[in-house]
Amino acid sequence: MRRLFDDELADLDADFTEMGMLVSEVIQQAVEAFMKRDAQTAQHIIDHDHDINQREIALEKKTFEMIALYQPVTTDLREIVTILKAVSDLERAGDHARNIAHSAIKMGAKQKVPEIEQLISEMSQMTTQMVKDVLSAYVNKDEQEARALAGYDRKLDRLNHAVRESSYQQMREDAAFETGASIYLNVAQDLCRIGDYVTNVCEWIIYLKSGHIIELNSASEGTGS
Amino acid sequence: MREEILTTQDLHLYYGNKEALKGINLNFKDKGITALIGPSGCGKSTYLRTLNRMNDLIPGVTITGTVQFKGQDLYAPSADTVEIRKEIGMVFQQPNPFPFSIYDNVIYGLRIAGEKDKEKLDAVVEKSLRQAAVWDEVKDHLHESALALSGGQQQRVCIARVLAVSPEIILMDEPTSALDPVSSSQIETTLLNLRQDYTIIIVTHNLQQASRIADRTAFFMNGELIEVDATKNIFMNPAKKQTEDYISGRFG
Repeated sequence: MRRLFDDELADLDADFTEMGMLVSEVIQQAVEAFMKRDAQTAQHIIDHDHDINQREIALEKKTFEMIALYQPVTTDLREIVTILKAVSDLERAGDHARNIAHSAIKMGAKQKVPEIEQLISEMSQMTTQMVKDVLSAYVNKDEQEARALAGYDRKLDRLNHAVRESSYQQMREDAAFETGASIYLNVAQDLCRIGDYVTNVCEWIIYLKSGHIIELNSASEGTGS
Repeated sequence: MREEILTTQDLHLYYGNKEALKGINLNFKDKGITALIGPSGCGKSTYLRTLNRMNDLIPGVTITGTVQFKGQDLYAPSADTVEIRKEIGMVFQQPNPFPFSIYDNVIYGLRIAGEKDKEKLDAVVEKSLRQAAVWDEVKDHLHESALALSGGQQQRVCIARVLAVSPEIILMDEPTSALDPVSSSQIETTLLNLRQDYTIIIVTHNLQQASRIADRTAFFMNGELIEVDATKNIFMNPAKKQTEDYISGRFG
């Protein structure tokens, strides 16, 4: 029997996925803007950050309404809770994309360190792919995919570590590069945090399927600097 | 570990040729609330009524299997239904106070049992009405007709009437379905206060009521017990798909 609840849930699901796609796009644009030092695109991202926030608020409001009006239980409740929790993770991932846009502007015409640029490029490809994959894992309710994705988070941590090492090295060689190095550190850290939020969403997908709240990568290294 | 106070094994019940209960195995530990849920006609009320032999008077009923209260077979030829119903009381869907005063309603069972000590009766009336959480509302009207009370108050007086004979088990057949939300909520609070001292088995169509008050929930369908578990598990992550479909309103 198809319930009115199912229709509302399908709408909610679609809105959530759409927001996820928007966040994924913004992350990609922010990273590209950083690599190209494209201040104009970066500013555009900063100016439109509230679009993501507004979508988050609208989704939260809708989930509260559905909880109040339908009093969902079992799988229904888990679907709603998953969206409610994951939407905050997506929004925060979006905040980090905005930070990267700020970094792109701050970096301006400072020198590029090819080795670090390469690492950041690798991190950004991994991050944008993770965001896309987590959305598909969500849409397909694919617990295996969600578990597999968490593995990339560790790789991101290692790359972040490598960026840090290289940046310190660069500073030792050229004290004047201090600001540039700290921006690199921030960008790598932002990408790492996006990976953490993707991992959180993975945990909610697993909860949705199994009813168990678990922690993936509980011993995740290098997330605090 | 609390002992099992009431057990049913391979319990079948037939109304003529129609098999209404198809071999129910379900046990109840001492104290706490168990909710019986399921679609109309699933057998949950029929099952409840077998627990203090309320089906005896329905013509054409055949019961097989065993129901034991503290190890005693309730359907043994020597079993005394009056004694059984003193230990295993029942509260019905419609509040059914007798057309007497509140006081006389509450002591009805004791008076039948021959109790005449006024002091003792007074004490039982107060204690029972307090336990049923209706004392403060009726204490100044004890000798007025129970029929003058609101539905919710009547139902709590009926609960007090059951409590007055000190039962071990209280059976309730949709005790709040005829009441407004405020009265229902008062009954629920009453039950939550009683769960420490009594074994309560309640049939309810109100799933939220089951999830709010029951320690354990049993789901019946087509005369079978599909699943019984801690209420939290039933409402968060049931083992059987039929349970999930029923409580999330996917069929009915």
